[in-house]
Amino acid sequence: MGEHHTVASFDEDLGAISKLISDMGDLARSMVAGSTRALLNSDNTLAQRVVSDDAIMDARQRELDDRAITLIAKRQPMANDLRAVVGSIRMAGDLERIGDLAKNIAKRVGTVGLSVTPRDLSHSIDAMAQLVLIQVEGVIEEYAAKNAAALAKLRNEDERIDVKYTSVFRELLTYMMEDPRNITACTHLLFCAKNLERIGDHVTNIAENAHYVLTGQQLPANRPKQDETAMSAPAA
Amino acid sequence: MNIMTEQSLENAVGEKMSAKSNEVIKMRGDKVGVFYGEKQALFDVNLDVRLNQVTALIGPSGCGKSTFLRCLNRMNDTIDSARVTGKITLDEEDIYDKSIDVVELRARVGMVFQKPNPFPKSIYENVAYGPRIHGLAKRKADMDQVVESSLKKAAIWNEVKDRLQEPGTGLSGGQQQRLCIARAIAVSPEVILMDEPCSALDPIATARVEELIDELRQNYTIVIVTHSMQQAARVSQRTAMFHLGYLVEEGATDKMFTNPDDQRTQDYITGRFG
Repeated sequence: MGEHHTVASFDEDLGAISKLISDMGDLARSMVAGSTRALLNSDNTLAQRVVSDDAIMDARQRELDDRAITLIAKRQPMANDLRAVVGSIRMAGDLERIGDLAKNIAKRVGTVGLSVTPRDLSHSIDAMAQLVLIQVEGVIEEYAAKNAAALAKLRNEDERIDVKYTSVFRELLTYMMEDPRNITACTHLLFCAKNLERIGDHVTNIAENAHYVLTGQQLPANRPKQDETAMSAPAA
Repeated sequence: MNIMTEQSLENAVGEKMSAKSNEVIKMRGDKVGVFYGEKQALFDVNLDVRLNQVTALIGPSGCGKSTFLRCLNRMNDTIDSARVTGKITLDEEDIYDKSIDVVELRARVGMVFQKPNPFPKSIYENVAYGPRIHGLAKRKADMDQVVESSLKKAAIWNEVKDRLQEPGTGLSGGQQQRLCIARAIAVSPEVILMDEPCSALDPIATARVEELIDELRQNYTIVIVTHSMQQAARVSQRTAMFHLGYLVEEGATDKMFTNPDDQRTQDYITGRFG
C-alpha cells in the first residue's frame, strides 16, 4: 500500500514529470559547470555549448508545464501528489532561470577573455563558482534522495555564497581602482559573480520547494543573509 | 531588522489561528460503536462536530462513515438489528437518553439523502409537511411564509415560485435535491446531515448544491458524507477519514488534502488504496 495508484497511468504521468525535473537538474548542473569553466579558461567553444543548451532547458520547462497542467486537469492530484506537481512547476521555473544565468555568464566569456586572463584577475570568483556548483549539485542529489533534512541544511549554506560574493565585489572594485584598463573585464566579471549569486538564490528556492514537496512543511521565512554589497559603506 | 518583522508577523498569524480553533462543539461522538447484529460496523469513534462548520466524512465504501452519520439523528433506530454504544451529544445533551423524543431530535438534526426523495405531493406540501406535523405554523399565512423562506434558503424559490402546486417529483434531479434541502430546513433544524447529496446529480446541479451548502453554513451546522474528495475539499472546513469502521484521522480540511498525517488518508485521497 502507498506506492502505486489504482490507476497505473497516473503513476506514469507523475513519473514523466519527475523525470523532466531530474533531466533539467542535470542540465542545469552541466550548464553552470560549463559556463564557469568556460569563463575561467576563456573557452569559447564550451561557452557556445552552454548557450545552445539553454534552448533545450527552455523546451524541457515548456514540456513540464504542459504535462503538469494536463495532469492537474485530468487527475486532480491530492496531498503528496499535489505537492509534487505544484512543486515541480515551481522548481522547473527556478531551474530554467539557472539555465538563463549560466547562459548569460557564457555569453560574457568572449568579451572578458579579449582583455585579460580572468583567472589571474580573480581567484575568488573561482572559489565562488565552486561553492555555487556544489549547491546546484547538492540540491539535485538531495531531492532525488528525498532527504528533507539535507535540503533544509543546504538552503542555509547559501550564506557562504553571499559572503563570497561580497568579497569578489570588493576585490574587483580594488582592481578597477588600481588600473582603469581593468574596468571592462571587471564589470563583466562582476555581472558573472552576480549571476552566480543569483543561481545560489534559485538553488535556495528549489531547496525550499523540494522540502515542501517532501514534507508538506514550509521552511521558516527568515534565512541569514550575508550579501552586504547593497549596504552603504561605513563612514570613513 | 527584517527578521524581527517577519517573526512578529508569524506570531500574529499564530495567535489568530489559535483563537479560531477555539470553537463551539455542536455535536460530540464519544467512543461511538455500532453493531448490526453480531457484526461491529463502527469502533470507538471520537468525533466533534463544530458549530456553523461543514464537517465532511470520507473513506472507502463500507468504512462506517454513513453509519456514523446515521447515529447523529438516530436513524439507526429504524434498523432492528442495529445497536449503538458510546455516547453522542447535541449541545452536551445525550441524544440516546430515554428522555429524548426521537421525532423532536430529527427535527433538530435534519437529513438529506443520496437520492432526492420528494414526497409524491405538491412542491408546497413537500415543504409544509414538516412544519405542519411539528405544529410550527398554525395559520395559512404563516405556513406560506415558512414555505417561501425555506425555498429561498434552499436557492430554488425563483425556479418554483410560479408552480408551487405542481408535484415535487416533476422537478429535475438537482431541483428535487434542493427541494429536499428546503424540506429539511423548513422545521428549523440546528444540524443538517447530508448523505452523498450530490452523487445522483449532474455537475451543474452539484455546483448549485455545493454553493448552497456554503451559504447554509452561516445558520446551520452541516455534516456531509461524500465519495468525491474534491467535493469534501471544496465544501468542508473539517474532514474526518474513516477506514474499516475506525476513525483514522480528523482535522482541518486544508491540511487533510495537502498534508495528511496518516498514511491511510494519504493513500485514499491520492487514489492509492487497495
